[in-house]
Amino acid sequence: MHGFTEVLPSTTSLLADLSLLTTPFMINALIAGTLIAMAAGTIGYFVLLRDQAFATHAIAHIGFPGATLAALLFINPIWGLLVACVGGGLAIGAFGHRKGDREVVTGTILAFASGLGILFASIGSRQSGMVTNILFGNILAVSQDQLVIFGVITVIVLIAMVITGRQLMFCSIDPEVAAAKGIPVRALSTIFLICMSLVIAISVTVVGVLLIFALLVTPAATAIKITARPAAVVAIATSISVVSVWAGLIVSTYQPWPPSFIIVTIACTIWAVTPLYTRYRDKRTTPAALPTPAPSPDLV
Amino acid sequence: MTAASSENNVSGLSADIALSMKNVAVERGGRTIWSGADFDVPTGSFTAIIGPNGAGKSTTAGLVLGQIPPSNGTITVLGAPPARGNERIGLVPQNHTLDQAGSIVCRDVVGLGLIGTKWGASIRTRSIAADVDKVLAEVDATRFAYKRFGEVSGGQQQRVTIAQALIINPDMLVLDEPLAGLDLQGQVEIVELVHRINRERGVTVLFVTHDLNPLLAHIDSLIYILDGRPFFGKPDDVVNAGLLTRLYSTPVQVLRTDEGCIFTRTE
Ligand SMILES: Nc1ncnc2c1ncn2[C@@H]1O[C@H](COP(=O)(O)OP(=O)(O)O)[C@@H](O)[C@H]1O
Ligand SMILES: [Mg+2]
Repeated sequence: MHGFTEVLPSTTSLLADLSLLTTPFMINALIAGTLIAMAAGTIGYFVLLRDQAFATHAIAHIGFPGATLAALLFINPIWGLLVACVGGGLAIGAFGHRKGDREVVTGTILAFASGLGILFASIGSRQSGMVTNILFGNILAVSQDQLVIFGVITVIVLIAMVITGRQLMFCSIDPEVAAAKGIPVRALSTIFLICMSLVIAISVTVVGVLLIFALLVTPAATAIKITARPAAVVAIATSISVVSVWAGLIVSTYQPWPPSFIIVTIACTIWAVTPLYTRYRDKRTTPAALPTPAPSPDLV
Repeated sequence: MTAASSENNVSGLSADIALSMKNVAVERGGRTIWSGADFDVPTGSFTAIIGPNGAGKSTTAGLVLGQIPPSNGTITVLGAPPARGNERIGLVPQNHTLDQAGSIVCRDVVGLGLIGTKWGASIRTRSIAADVDKVLAEVDATRFAYKRFGEVSGGQQQRVTIAQALIINPDMLVLDEPLAGLDLQGQVEIVELVHRINRERGVTVLFVTHDLNPLLAHIDSLIYILDGRPFFGKPDDVVNAGLLTRLYSTPVQVLRTDEGCIFTRTE
């Protein structure tokens, strides 16, 4: 049986390994992870408000054939991912308006896309390593070019969310009244789907198609349990994503585990233990807190 | 002469008519839902819109809100043709369940009625917060203002959505089946709340319902849709067994008591 100390690296080797964090590829990965975590934390809140968690899963799957086809054509897979994800997002938006339809439409597109992805991957069988990267993510493989793309997308998405955020929130929770007040519900929905698809495409590079949920939806779902305040939800979700990505990268410097595994494990663990915390907090505060006014939420 | 009354004179209406229909008909999907609407609803009145399911009550609300165009005739709402995004009309839609609002607090649901129509990041102003608090107090929702919308009862949720509709200080309040899903006590409370708002604010209320009973003691007038045609009347003229029996296609008895009258369906 292995002793505990044998599994953990000694302090000196840990410090030595941490110097790996300053290597160029690691710095790229840290910047990329932080950018993506910021975009994912913001988008994730609206994904939940709009009940589109399943769509994120599907759009990531639609990115899979996009990336493998791009690789077949000797194009950087990130472009294939971006085009396929945005196309898939718009398709889901166009065909899945009625609630009853949405899951069936989304699931059908998802299955078809996965089939195409396997086809393209089998034609370009030399690139099996790339297929693993697309399915499970490899943040350590982020290039300087991709970093620029990530930065531009993050900035665009954050600006779009700041500008449209309040109307989008109104449309998401109260579509009928929003439409009656003349808010362009359809246009906002399209803008959101494009932003969401862009964020999914870049998040795939970190955790891959199959684990996207853990970076995009799980942190926001955790945050929403902790607080009802919209801006605080976004801040907490972003923090969870950033912590997960950074921890994944740091651990990967001294363990042979892929960062995706650590990132997903941390995000999911925080999600799983949060109800224990909120239950404890609510039990402690509820009786006393009721008569005193709560602090003003940041919305109004 | 005030600006408001001269504006009303341009459209040929006096300020004491909130909604006017002149020979209006409406079609949906190529089918005439109703026709021959010819009436004026007085400003400040509490008017019920009644009729059996599928008679076109929600369609009537859609016409007033400018969401559905009339296929014939002229509609004037608050002195102007109906238009989407009318800032003078507050709306509580049918099945206003706000499925996705569960995670935010009631107070923010109300606040969205005011700031949810604006672009840009949240600007915190004292007056918006004060307005929200005032309207929450008006509908008696202060107690649960900081609870999540998904955690309060159906009646409390309805108070919150009414507050959301009132936050823009509308001249007209349109409620589509706001009593659906509430128990009897809850229905009475909402009707009394809307009645109080109507009296205190002088706001014209259009209250869509398929069950007139909880409203009878409070309304000034009603629009009833009978055999594909909306009529306007006073409760005393309308609430008689013969008419109600035709309206609901089931035998109806009217009982008059000291507190007003109620009717029952004998099925
Ligand atoms: N979007 C639509 N397109 C076509 N017909 C519709 C539409 N919505 C409602 N209808 C029809 O219009 C009629 C009136 O509907 P509605 O105004 O919702 O009735 P109510 O609110 O009185 O129950 C119904 O017969 C319904 O089938
Ligand atoms: Mg209806």
